[in-house]
Amino acid sequence: MAGLLQTLFDALSLGSLYALGALGIALIFGVMRLVNFAHGDVIAFSVFALLWPSVDAVAVVFAGNMPWFLLVPFVLVMGAGLSVLSELLVFRRFRRANPATMMIASFALGFVIRYFLLMLFSSRPKSILLLPTLSQPVEIFGARIPLLQVITIVATILILFGLTSFLRRTRYGLEMRAAAENFTMARMLGVRANRVIMGAFALSGALAAAIGLILAAQTGTADIQMGSAVMLMAFIATVIGGLGSLPGAVLAGFLLGAASVVMQVVLPAEARVFRDAFVYGAVILVLIWRPQGLLSARGTKERV
Amino acid sequence: MIKRASVARRTIATPVILSVILLGFALLALWAGSKPFNQTIIEIFLRVILVVGLYIFIGNSGVISFGHIGFTCLGAYAAAWLTIPPMMKGISMPGLPDWLMQTQLPYWGAAGLAAAFAAVFALIFGLILMRLSGIAASIATFAMLAMIITIYSNWESVTAATSSVIGIPIVRNIWPYLIGAVIAVFVAWGHAISRTGLALRAARDEPTAAAASGIDIPRERLIAFTLSGAVMGLGGALFAHSIGVVTPDTFYLGLTFTTLSMLVVGGMGSLSGAVLGVVILSSLIQVLRWLEKGMQIGTSTLSIPNGLQEIALGVVMILILIFRPAGIMGNNELSWPLARAEKPDHGGA
Repeated sequence: MAGLLQTLFDALSLGSLYALGALGIALIFGVMRLVNFAHGDVIAFSVFALLWPSVDAVAVVFAGNMPWFLLVPFVLVMGAGLSVLSELLVFRRFRRANPATMMIASFALGFVIRYFLLMLFSSRPKSILLLPTLSQPVEIFGARIPLLQVITIVATILILFGLTSFLRRTRYGLEMRAAAENFTMARMLGVRANRVIMGAFALSGALAAAIGLILAAQTGTADIQMGSAVMLMAFIATVIGGLGSLPGAVLAGFLLGAASVVMQVVLPAEARVFRDAFVYGAVILVLIWRPQGLLSARGTKERV
Repeated sequence: MIKRASVARRTIATPVILSVILLGFALLALWAGSKPFNQTIIEIFLRVILVVGLYIFIGNSGVISFGHIGFTCLGAYAAAWLTIPPMMKGISMPGLPDWLMQTQLPYWGAAGLAAAFAAVFALIFGLILMRLSGIAASIATFAMLAMIITIYSNWESVTAATSSVIGIPIVRNIWPYLIGAVIAVFVAWGHAISRTGLALRAARDEPTAAAASGIDIPRERLIAFTLSGAVMGLGGALFAHSIGVVTPDTFYLGLTFTTLSMLVVGGMGSLSGAVLGVVILSSLIQVLRWLEKGMQIGTSTLSIPNGLQEIALGVVMILILIFRPAGIMGNNELSWPLARAEKPDHGGA
C-alpha cells in the first residue's frame, strides 16, 4: 500500500512538471503557431538568475538568499521577463514566417541563451541549496513522501485552477482564448494581437520559471542543460494532447509522467534501461491512433 | 522518355554547379595542405551528405523530420561492426553474432552496406510513420530518434552502450568524402526530377489536389523517406571513418539541430539551398573558431571570449531568417546565368 502510494506520488509529481511545461508550450503555440524550442533555456535562465556570475563549482548565491515569499515571485518575474524580451526582439519579426522557420529561429534563440549562460557560469553543473526545508519527508498514510513532491503537486493544481479561472473569467483570458481559436478573426473583432501574444509569452515564461524552481529544489543543482529533458517531454505532451488545446496538454503531461513511472515499476529489470524506448514507442502508437491529439483543438486540423 | 530526358537536361546544371563548388573546396584543402584544415573540409562534406539527405525527405515532402540523425547513428554503428578488426570487436562488443564478428570489410564496402542497413530501417519505420503528416509526423520521427538512441545507449553487448566504440579505421584522404557528397547531390537531384519526386512536391504544395489527382501521398513519402535514410546512413558510415570513434550521444539532438538549421537557413525547398546552407554556416563557424583562438593583428592578439562563437552563430542565423524567411535560396536553384530566362523553374526542387 505504501509502495503504491509512493508510486502514485512519483507519477503525479513527474506529471506535474511535464504538464506545466506542456502548458507553457501550448499557450504560445495557440496564439502564434510557434513551437518554442527556447522554452527549456528559459527554465535554466530563471534558475541562474538567482546566482552571481562565476565559474566556480559551488554557486555564488546572490538573489537566492531572499526569503521564499520574495524568491518565488523574483524567479517567476525573471522567466516572464526573458520570455517577453524574446518576443519583442525576435519573434515579433516572424509573424508571417512559416512554422519551420519560426521553429529554427526559436532554436537559435535558445542556443544564444544557453551559451550566454555558459559564458557567465561555465558548463559545469553547480550545487545550489534552494529552500532546503522542502527535502524533508512527510508521512501520508504510512508512506514517506518528500515534502517537495507534495508541494509540487499542490502548486501545479493551484496554477491550473488559477490559469483556468484567468482564461475563463477575465477579459484578457477571453481575448487569449479567442486568439488561440482563430487569430485573424479575433483581430478583426478588436483583439489587440501584440498584447495577447505578449501576455501568452509572459505566462509561458513564468510557467518555465516555476519548473526551474521545482527542478533546482529537487536536484540541488543548477545546470545550463537542466531544462532540455523536461522541454522535450513537454513538447511531446503538447502534440499528444492536441496542439493548441490547453486541457489536452495538461492531460497528456500527466499521462506521460504516469507512463514513465509505471513502466519503471512494471518492466522486468533487464528491460528497465530501455524504459524510455518503450515510452517513445507508446508515443508513436498514440499518434498513429489519434494524429490530431487526444483532445484536438478546433482550427488546427490538417487538410490531408 | 524524351520528355524525361529534357527535364534532366534542363536541370542538370544544378548538381553540376554544386559538385564544382564542392570540388573547389577539396582543391582548397589540397592547396592549403594543413591537417586541421583538411579535417575541416571533410566535416563540411559530411554535413553536405547529411543535409542533402534531410533535403530529400524534408524539402520534397514539407514534413519536418527530427529523426533522420537516427539513421546516421544506424549507419555509423553498422560501419563500426563491419570494419573493426575481429579481435577488438570481441572485447568491446561480445554480443555480436558470429558471422558479423568474423567480417572485416574495406571502408567503402562497409559504407555501402551501412547505407542499405539504414534504408531498411527507414523503410520499416516509414511504413508506420508515413501515414502521419504535419507536426504529428515531426514528433513521431523525434520519438523514433529517441528510441534508436536509447537502445544504442543501453545495449551493452552489441553497441558498447554509452562508451565510445574505438578501432574504426580512420580515412584521412579527402576524396572519398567528396565522392560521397557528390553522390548525395546527384541522388537528390535524380529523385527530385523523377516521377515520384514531382508527385511528392505536388502533394507538399497542394495536398488535396494531389490526392484527388491520384497521388498516393504516404507511398511517395515512404520512397523519399527510405532514400533519404540511405543517404543519412552513408553519411553516418563516413562520419565514423572520419574520426574513428562513435558514441550514441554524437548522433542526438546537437547534430539534429545543426543539420536542420543548415537546411532551413539555406532554404528548405532547394537542393542548392541545402548545400549552400552547409557551406555558409560551416564557413562562419570556422571563422568564429579562428577568432576564438586569437588572431594576430599587428603586435596584439585579438580574441573573443569562450561561448561567444555560438552566440554569434545563433544571432546570425536569426538575422538571416528575419531577412530571408524562406532561407537564403528560397525555392530557387543555381543554374547557368544565361539559361535562366528561358528555363522554367522545375517546381522548387
